[in-house]
Amino acid sequence: MSEPTPTPPTTTPPEDARRLTPKAIAGWSLVAVIGAVGWVVLALARGEEVSAVWMLAAALGSYAIAYRFYAKWIQYKVLKADRTRATPAERLNNGVDFHPTDRRVLFGHHFAAVAGAGPLVGPILAAQMGYLPGTIWIVAGVIFAGAVQDMVVLFFSTRRDGRSLGQIARDEIGPLGGAAALVAVFMIMIILLAVLALVIVNALADSPWGVFSIGMTIPIALFMGFYLRTLRPGRVTEVSLIGVALLLLAIVAGGWVAESSLADTFTLEAGTLVIWMVIYGFVASVLPVWMLLAPRDYLSTFMKVGTIVLLAVGVVIALPTLQMEGVTKFAFEETGPVFAGSLFPFVFITIACGALSGFHALVSSGTTPKMIQKETQVRMIGYGAMLTESFVAIMALICACIIDPGLYFAMNAPAGVIGTTVESASQAVAGLGFSISPNDLAQAAKDVEEASLLSRTGGAPTFALGMSEIFSSVIGGAGLKAFWYHFAIMFEALFILTTVDAGTRVGRFMLQDMLGNVYKPMKDVSWKPGVWIASAVVVGGWGYFLWVGVHDPLGGINQLFPLFGIANQLLAAVALAVCTTLLVKSGRLKYAWITAVPLAWDAAVTLTASWQKVFSGDPAVGFFSQRAKYQDGIEAGEVLPPAKSMDDMHTVVTNSTVDGVLSILFAVLIIIVLADAARVCYKVIRDPQSAKLAEVKYVESKLVAPDGMFPTQREKAELAAVGAASEPADGDGGRS
Amino acid sequence: MTAGAGTAAAGRVRHFASRFRYYWRELTGEATYDRYVAHTRSCSPDAEVMTRREFERSRTDAQEADPREGFRCC
Repeated sequence: MSEPTPTPPTTTPPEDARRLTPKAIAGWSLVAVIGAVGWVVLALARGEEVSAVWMLAAALGSYAIAYRFYAKWIQYKVLKADRTRATPAERLNNGVDFHPTDRRVLFGHHFAAVAGAGPLVGPILAAQMGYLPGTIWIVAGVIFAGAVQDMVVLFFSTRRDGRSLGQIARDEIGPLGGAAALVAVFMIMIILLAVLALVIVNALADSPWGVFSIGMTIPIALFMGFYLRTLRPGRVTEVSLIGVALLLLAIVAGGWVAESSLADTFTLEAGTLVIWMVIYGFVASVLPVWMLLAPRDYLSTFMKVGTIVLLAVGVVIALPTLQMEGVTKFAFEETGPVFAGSLFPFVFITIACGALSGFHALVSSGTTPKMIQKETQVRMIGYGAMLTESFVAIMALICACIIDPGLYFAMNAPAGVIGTTVESASQAVAGLGFSISPNDLAQAAKDVEEASLLSRTGGAPTFALGMSEIFSSVIGGAGLKAFWYHFAIMFEALFILTTVDAGTRVGRFMLQDMLGNVYKPMKDVSWKPGVWIASAVVVGGWGYFLWVGVHDPLGGINQLFPLFGIANQLLAAVALAVCTTLLVKSGRLKYAWITAVPLAWDAAVTLTASWQKVFSGDPAVGFFSQRAKYQDGIEAGEVLPPAKSMDDMHTVVTNSTVDGVLSILFAVLIIIVLADAARVCYKVIRDPQSAKLAEVKYVESKLVAPDGMFPTQREKAELAAVGAASEPADGDGGRS
Repeated sequence: MTAGAGTAAAGRVRHFASRFRYYWRELTGEATYDRYVAHTRSCSPDAEVMTRREFERSRTDAQEADPREGFRCC
């Protein structure tokens, strides 16, 4: 580690950043007007149906303004990103891990790494409060919190040779805050994996088509792994094309299987799927990376990027109308069937990915800072990729809001609320204030060739239904609806299973690292018994919550999803606290609010949610009052619905206790990190000389590379001067 | 259409195709090996260079040893 360096001399912001030509002013005014009109239409529409185009206008207009003005201001004025300062990629270039990567390529890698199933789940659940609260939070949250976090973490990690968030927390805040951050990451991993696995189990239960297609991805991935390992190493394109072709075949074949005599073999109930998931998770995570994980990762990345692009095109061509109300009554009552609790704080907990996602801080302080060419590209890569993810969340919200609201609630309310027949569901939905006939419910399931769509909680099936609606209106008509539905399920299942595998490995690695302090051999990642034990513990951890989630009489998603949201926002609080501390320590106190304000908001949301989850007297919201209610029932010998037996009653009591204890733990962790960060900031503010930064010393950069997606006139001239007139020369930009 | 315009159009197509190829190879990671070879040779012309097979194995082994590298988010 080097000596603390004073903040380098301010770089002159590029000429073109300071002056706006009249033409540019007119252009940006137009963008602002389009965005504003979008918001006005969304906000004022009452009783009539609104086109999704207004949601797109509001989101894209706001993103453009934020990217051009706020993010640029942060990059040059607050962070004082310095284009003359060499990045770790340039200084430590080894051609493999550290390597200055073309900014547009790196944007692709970074986006593929941050965007996953998260932005497709949260917005769908939050749609129960209407499209407006979700849209406002996704757009405002990303602009002022999520994208700022990603960008600032990327910047500070770049200044520290790509150190991870945990290491930075330890170096800059202290061992206590660092340890709390580490424990938080581990706990979040467990909950995250459980919730994602639950989403998949809910989508695949009793669906022979889905189970067959997803099952086929395993032999396909094994084949690809073998191909890449022994036949033609490194030929990713050809093997991925083969893989995608086989995958599409598996989706089509799923339809045949579902109609054949094999259907019963592949019709698995949720409990059986949990066992298969746990076995899969364990085996996949102890197999060599090349066999299953690496090829799966290629497949899921191809599918992910391809589907997101298709969806964006589909939404723009189809321009569907939103059927959901702007704001439903569940925004004001605590009685929502999808998740309980009021708008504040629970919308902000439910939608994490897409607005503010703590997990991104791990990617922004992982691979990306080791590959970035210039500090001045953090806006394009950190802020830009997060805006793109936010756009994915907006599209997911559109998917949830274009389907019939009655169907939406029938799909997303737990079986305890709506029962298990189309008649009982239709009645229950009417009780919620929406309407759908039993016939329509049956027809909707038939359209996508599923036995039933009732209580398909977890977001994935709703998203798939919305997507199939959009795609089939563009290509193929109603006849292809079932194909597109299962295509969407497959696409989500594919990368959730990849995350389950990769996440189990990361959890195991962290666990081995922690246990290694007690028993040395555990640290050795090539010691097989250690690997197996640690893997079993991690799989057991998420497997427990998955099992509980599937069997919870109160519905797994509405119990567990708030915990996942709280955990994710807790990690964001850690990241924002680290950023704020660093801004203060590096003499940027005046501007520390850019992360301090989102931090305050995030802390308020997370702590309020934790408080309510622990202390609320409403049994639908507070875990302990829920526990008390059912415990009293047991003592009185009564079975309280939706529990059906005394066993159910005991399950509820156990689950609410575990969930309640976890809520307390999360809240305590966040308070420790915040208090430790506040202590460090207070010390530095009182005595600025005491600040010790673990920043790497300034080294002059020899690279020439533009800051943004498109080079400016001045940057083109600079590139031409070093003979790199036509980009991409070799990916390294030019050298002066 | 003159011959000159035809050549210019063909040039543009070639230019576009080469750019597409470049980005495609970079994004899929196919170019990683070539970059490694170029980098190793540029440091020392007679340095030992792994074969493609060895190189790709060493990459998955590295991911095995530290799964945090290349982890993707939810």
